[in-house]
Amino acid sequence: MSDTLDTAWALNWIRTAQEVISEHRMELIDLDREIGDGDHGENMYRGFTKTVEKLADGTDSIASALGTLGKTLLATVGGAAGPLYGTAFREAGKAVEGQETIDANGVVAIIQGALDGIVKRGKATTGEKTMVDAWTPALEAAKAAAAAGKSPAEAFKVAAEAAAAGAEETIPMLATKGRASYLGERSIGHKDPGATSTSYILAVAADTAEAAQ
Amino acid sequence: MSVALVIVSHSAQLASGLAELAGQMAKDVTILPAGGTDDGRIGTSYDLVEAAVAQARAAGHDVAILSDLGSANMTIEAVLDDLSDADRDHVVFAEGPLVEGAVAAAVTSQIGGDLPAVTEAAKARELFA
Repeated sequence: MSDTLDTAWALNWIRTAQEVISEHRMELIDLDREIGDGDHGENMYRGFTKTVEKLADGTDSIASALGTLGKTLLATVGGAAGPLYGTAFREAGKAVEGQETIDANGVVAIIQGALDGIVKRGKATTGEKTMVDAWTPALEAAKAAAAAGKSPAEAFKVAAEAAAAGAEETIPMLATKGRASYLGERSIGHKDPGATSTSYILAVAADTAEAAQ
Repeated sequence: MSVALVIVSHSAQLASGLAELAGQMAKDVTILPAGGTDDGRIGTSYDLVEAAVAQARAAGHDVAILSDLGSANMTIEAVLDDLSDADRDHVVFAEGPLVEGAVAAAVTSQIGGDLPAVTEAAKARELFA
């Protein structure tokens, strides 16, 4: 039993996320075909696969694992997800720089860093049918869990549930950011691919955090 | 030194074709395409954009970066965020319609325009006048 998460957890998060993205690759491609350019599943799969290769020999901190993920996504993804997730994970890594292990406040710092990175890069706000609609409720849920003295696994669990609910809520939204916005009204009725992949990545963070405890 | 252009497009063919087109009226201007992903797919690559900017800076040029679509803008902004202090004032993202903007920017550089002039030209305002 441990109430903190360490570097081994971060590596397991990234490795398992690669597997889960691989499983959901076609689903993400199909979602993105509906309102985008159809590359999201393939791009995320490539980016995470390349990251797992780079981290095969391990790394020395949570910050460097997340930093490597961000840098690799930025370099290899190609679509909008590259600069968005790339900046997100680089900022998430910076947010826990120097910490050997993290508690629930560290979970909040990671999610806050990721959201800040996405907002800085994409200049989106909530209600625009983007991944911001998943990360924002995730942050609120994690903050509440941390304030209530919960474990990091519990903080990730409620964050992942909030992100999944946030992703569902993008379905009736009108896209006003990114290439989906060119579709106008036609974007309504489809779930945002970026919000969906966010919910999977956070769900894996929760599962691997629980397994680490 | 003229202002160099870096053309960022999701398509490598579009970027290199436009570099060729814009170069027609700007024979002395360095125009570097940075199109597609690092493994030749549709998309943009932080590494390709960064390498093109570094190449132009190494040759002593100021650099205007032009973009085709929103996600390319984000890749460019990520590269700009990571520039060294020495490069920061010499590299800009020149927003505008890509094809007309690149031709206008290239011609402006050819006739001796500085970085602000080239950036302004890239907006291709006369198109919308």
